[in-house]
Amino acid sequence: MRKNWWKILSFVLLVYTIVGGFLMEVPRLYILNETIRNLYFHVCMWFSMMILFIASFVYSIKYLNTTKYIHDIYAKNFAAIGTLFGALGYATGAIWANYTWVTDQSQSLGSILKEPKLIGAAIAILIYGAYFVLRGSFTDMDKRARVSAVYNIFAFAMLFPSIWIIPRMVGSLHPGAPGSDSGNPALNFKDVDSNLRMVFYPAIIGWTLLGVWIASLKIRIALMRDKEIL
Amino acid sequence: MKKKYSLKNSSKGMMLVLSTCLTLTSFAQDKGPEMADTMRSNGKIYVVVAVCLTLLIGLFLYMIRVERMVRKLEKEK
Repeated sequence: MRKNWWKILSFVLLVYTIVGGFLMEVPRLYILNETIRNLYFHVCMWFSMMILFIASFVYSIKYLNTTKYIHDIYAKNFAAIGTLFGALGYATGAIWANYTWVTDQSQSLGSILKEPKLIGAAIAILIYGAYFVLRGSFTDMDKRARVSAVYNIFAFAMLFPSIWIIPRMVGSLHPGAPGSDSGNPALNFKDVDSNLRMVFYPAIIGWTLLGVWIASLKIRIALMRDKEIL
Repeated sequence: MKKKYSLKNSSKGMMLVLSTCLTLTSFAQDKGPEMADTMRSNGKIYVVVAVCLTLLIGLFLYMIRVERMVRKLEKEK
């Protein structure tokens, strides 16, 4: 129980996310209507992805400092689940965009494809996809760990201009861009309605813990498999 | 006559209801943005919650199963 409390916490928080997410009050907005509740799912996917990529980044740096293979295992598996969450965030965003930007705001498919944040997010996910391709190209374990750790640092650094900085600087359909009257929509306390925040922040923790649990299972399997080498 | 409620059907149905409600905004100028009040008032919102909870619980049951398998393998080694 001492080691598993966070798994149960993840379950509790996600149940709260679903029950509270659908039943609690949300601000009544045009165009978004009830889909604002997607904040607890789509946006949480991206937040969890960021946290998992931070973990992967930290373990990559740890590997470069110590060259202990176990850190490479941790880095790779956190990056894998981070990429999964990023892909899920992208897919949920595509569904959400279809019913809000396309249906209600009458945006054309062209203007959606030119959306800076979508392009930036695609670039970021593809860069991490290339991380796994890079790993697969090596036969030597130590070289693989070293080169992919260096690449991981670059991939993590690329997240910030692609997803956060450039989309906020150019005109964008996403909140937080010039032309909208908000700052960072998720962290700006004036922008996110307090009702939303009550479910949003626990949801981030819940989804992140779920991602950590999945990654930890993969790590434990990898540790068992490579026990002799460790 | 039994209606089959698969996940796809019910989310499609919900989308149909939502988009119907959205088209009604042109008629009701002072009612504000259309929300799922109908769904809430006739209790169908609980169907949505129940479906999502079922998915979540199913996922966690699978996670627990994998966890137990890994733990067993770790003990054996």
